[in-house]
Amino acid sequence: MGDPLYAGGIGLTVVLVTLLKVLVTFVLLLVATMFMVWFERKIVADMQHRIGPNRAGPWGLLQTLADGTKLFFKEDLLPDRADRIVFRLAPVLAVVPAFLAFAIVPIGGNFAEGGTVSMFGRETFLQLADPPVGVLFFLAMSGIGVYGVMLAGWSSGSKYPLLGGVRATAQIVSYEAALGLSLASVILVNGTLSTHQIVAEQAGAGFGGIIPNWNLVVTGVVPAIIFLIAGTAELNRPPFDLVEAEQELVGGFNTEYSSIRFALFFLAEFMNTVTMSALVVTLFLGGPSGPVWGPEPVRTWFFPIFWFLLKLVVFLFVFVWFRGTLPRLRYDQLMDLGWKALIPLALGWFLLLGAVRVARNEGWNLVVTFGAITVVVVVAVTLLNLSLRAAQRQRLADAEVNA
Amino acid sequence: MSLLASLAAQAAQPVTPVTSVLVETPSVDWWGLLPLILLAAPAMVLLHASSLLRRVFRGFYATASVGIAGTAAAFAIVQWFRVTDLDGGRGPYTTVASAYTVDGYSVFITVVLCVAVIVSSLVADGYLRREGLDGAETYALLLLSASGGVVMASANDLIVLFLGLEVLSIPVYVLAASHLRRSASQEAGFKYFILGAFASAFFLYGIALVYGATGSTNLGTIRQTLQDDPFVDGGALLLAGAAFLLVGFGFKVAAVPFHAWTPDVYQGAPSPVVSYMASGVKAAGFAGLVRVFDVTLAGQVRDWQPIVVGLAVLTLLGGSVLAVAQTDVKRMLAYSSISHAGFLLVGVAVASPEGAAAVLFYLAAYGLMIGGTFAVVTAVAGPGEQATGIDAFRGLGRRQPMLALGFTVLLFAQTGVPLTSGFFAKFGVIKAAVDGGWYWLAAVAMLSAVVGAFVYLRLVVAMFMVEDIDPHHGDGDVVAATPAPVAMPAALTLALAATVVATLVVGFLPGLLTDLAGDAVPVVLATLP
Amino acid sequence: MEFVVFLIAGAIVVGGAIGVLAFANPVHAALSLVATLFGVAVLFVAQNAQFLAAVQVIVYAGAIVVLFLFVIMLLGVDRSDDLRVEPIVGQRPLALLAGVGVLAASLVAVLSAGGSTATRTVRSTAVAIPTEEPDVTSLGRLLFTDHVLALEITAILLTVAVVGAVVLARRPGRDEPSVEADVEAEA
Repeated sequence: MGDPLYAGGIGLTVVLVTLLKVLVTFVLLLVATMFMVWFERKIVADMQHRIGPNRAGPWGLLQTLADGTKLFFKEDLLPDRADRIVFRLAPVLAVVPAFLAFAIVPIGGNFAEGGTVSMFGRETFLQLADPPVGVLFFLAMSGIGVYGVMLAGWSSGSKYPLLGGVRATAQIVSYEAALGLSLASVILVNGTLSTHQIVAEQAGAGFGGIIPNWNLVVTGVVPAIIFLIAGTAELNRPPFDLVEAEQELVGGFNTEYSSIRFALFFLAEFMNTVTMSALVVTLFLGGPSGPVWGPEPVRTWFFPIFWFLLKLVVFLFVFVWFRGTLPRLRYDQLMDLGWKALIPLALGWFLLLGAVRVARNEGWNLVVTFGAITVVVVVAVTLLNLSLRAAQRQRLADAEVNA
Repeated sequence: MSLLASLAAQAAQPVTPVTSVLVETPSVDWWGLLPLILLAAPAMVLLHASSLLRRVFRGFYATASVGIAGTAAAFAIVQWFRVTDLDGGRGPYTTVASAYTVDGYSVFITVVLCVAVIVSSLVADGYLRREGLDGAETYALLLLSASGGVVMASANDLIVLFLGLEVLSIPVYVLAASHLRRSASQEAGFKYFILGAFASAFFLYGIALVYGATGSTNLGTIRQTLQDDPFVDGGALLLAGAAFLLVGFGFKVAAVPFHAWTPDVYQGAPSPVVSYMASGVKAAGFAGLVRVFDVTLAGQVRDWQPIVVGLAVLTLLGGSVLAVAQTDVKRMLAYSSISHAGFLLVGVAVASPEGAAAVLFYLAAYGLMIGGTFAVVTAVAGPGEQATGIDAFRGLGRRQPMLALGFTVLLFAQTGVPLTSGFFAKFGVIKAAVDGGWYWLAAVAMLSAVVGAFVYLRLVVAMFMVEDIDPHHGDGDVVAATPAPVAMPAALTLALAATVVATLVVGFLPGLLTDLAGDAVPVVLATLP
Repeated sequence: MEFVVFLIAGAIVVGGAIGVLAFANPVHAALSLVATLFGVAVLFVAQNAQFLAAVQVIVYAGAIVVLFLFVIMLLGVDRSDDLRVEPIVGQRPLALLAGVGVLAASLVAVLSAGGSTATRTVRSTAVAIPTEEPDVTSLGRLLFTDHVLALEITAILLTVAVVGAVVLARRPGRDEPSVEADVEAEA
């Protein structure tokens, strides 16, 4: 499979088209990030009955630009006890993966007709890259993103950033498991790791012509919810923002940063938010797919991009909504939620989908299969609960002994 | 829409072409895997049970552990009759895509491992209660480690062999450090882990090089490839791979240049665990060693034999000479176990069916006597394993003659005194060396046995012939007239009695075990394609 | 093109590996380990093994080295080691000698086999990976056919590792002093 652009050898046009795609993708990401910052401030302000940014540009739209410019011209500080090389490296390590992760998101293309668009006489995917392991590429980039936060915390040579960095690492590594397991359900159902093909799989007619054939429905909603929660935790966004809990950590891993380096962290954070929303859309909501009509350029260019952006904004709103309404979790609650609820649930759901698939392939009796599944689920949940309770009993007993 | 309904809708969906690539999985002979499953699965059930049951009777976990290992051994013995050619059995075979061999050899080692677990569990029962560490984990880890050993003995694929090695080792690293209130135990676990991980890296690199030379990790395929074309273009590659594999095995069985961890780990780790290390881990290590070198690389014997002979000589001499210098009994037994590894290496080095049979006999006999030996050490060392010096054994012959007598039998067996199993073990190895024309190697082995005898006799002398307590011991104070008698829990006594009886029975009737070991070996040599 | 990629990635791999040894600060050493792992991932991509490359980055760079750093930070051992004290005299030169020796031996072994490997006929089915399907598919097929036993034993191995970690992580109660303390109290 792969992008048809590269099927006929690499010529000048191909290089130019690719460069254009690079440019457009990153400009889109940057603009979306700018928009997201403004959007977040505006929505949160609305939720708190404030007005929010309203001076720079129409409706305060240029506020982010103004803030960014200000940050760029601020004094750049390097703490005495900082590790010079790592301190400078950390913001770069945060921002580069954030840029790269967006490359695998299909932002357009009519998937009823192969998902390609025509550009300078060439058929191509409207996404920067479609590696055969696209979804894993995203996981890899989010794994690398940890280094930025972690090293920033360590290299500052100060205790609050260090605590912030340590918290971030534990949190991200823990929730990456849940994130990956919920992704596994999507991969199982779609049978591919490529984001383009995952979207193509979801483009079908669906159920009864009303409910779309999106993974949200096909995987049974649960993986999507887990992905959203784990994704929020990956992003260190509220209610999982223990990394930057001002009341406890002064500022978090970025306390000692200022000027452009601080701006880079800020940028990475919001770019990751945009990327995560885009991925939720791609993996669970059919990406750019949606009803299309009209003549050629409108049908293949306008509508898919419109649907994609619309879905994207919905999820950006969800993230802001979380922030505006949910109180921050305590650290042990955070870990309990990740390890004792999300991971077993994601794994169990994955096994469930696997069982259904095997039953279908082997032509087993559906009623018997569901009966067996129910029994297994009940036994597993009971055992898990009993074990958790036993562990808690043990912990309390130990605490009593040590008190 | 409800979740269940969406699942049903998904089930009703037509099969999409992308995902319907059905893979035909290899056939599995569950009967052949049964001993492995019977060790690993109940061990995990035991762990679950221990977290869910609030109260269990005293010794429940040890009983369960003995029961599980006994069941696995019983099924292995049933298999013995199927895989040996006697009485119309089906003969040895491989299963699960020929990654797992079931033959007389693997069954024999399985039983040896199960017995090692049984003896260690019996010793551990009293020990753990004495040290306030009672719980299911020790037994579960022992059983899981034994399951790794079974995998090693049965592996017909280098990757499976490596995984077996890790499943064997990791629980033992943990067990070595399992006495949480004794820093020596923590240190032992840490040292063992670091060096073991280092050795695993060598082992893996060896696997990679052998794969590069032969294009396969399957032992049968490797052997076939080497038979078809003995001078595989990667001759040097294969030899380098074999050398790295040998380093990995050398660490596991504590052969001399790779033995540095042994004394510290034996001294620091809890004695019941050391018992398992000396019997079980050694047996599994040699099982893998024999299968890779004596069987798979049989065609390259002239290339690797000099190295293994060199290792054997170093191990024989190094182990027994260094043992003489020790004053701590656990350290002494560590060095003596090294010298026993030297004898076993002699059996490997001669690369003959007789040699392999002698190794099997040796492993079985040594496993029993070292199990009993560490039962005595566990009892005598007392709470916290403080009394492990030779002094602790002074006058034991007068205070507790039966205990001392049993210990003496086991020590004599390790020395190689006739009418004990140890004599026939050493005899078998040396005979195999002589039959193979390795006269000087046999002479070195005998020399090592003589030097080693001094070590064991020193303990016997301390027990029976030295004045009980020196009244002016230490700084001149008169210390208590007689130390408290050694506490002997029932399970430990049972283990000791059983190993002593077995040592003597095999010593009087060696034919029982030699026949079995002899039956096990030719099979392994013929089994691989 | 492939050669250039190989050269660059190889330089990163070797440079990173040297960095792991040369940096006195453990955090810097861990970071150069990340560089090495990245270089290896690039080599995997050059061999058309994208799945391995991605997993390499996710598992090694994204999880294992992160945990290394985590431990380094929590234990506060991130100061440079004092390398002047040598616990056993002469062990460092000996270790260097042994390391160089092992390296030389493996290099000789690999290089001496290099010339003829290309001309050798493929001996095993495992080597013949079809190139038209993604490497995930062939890897998955191998895992569930030839190496299914290894896969299952890996499950046991992981369970064992978890059980072991839990056993070791348990701390003794505060009212149970260490055995050594008992002895000191008696003395």
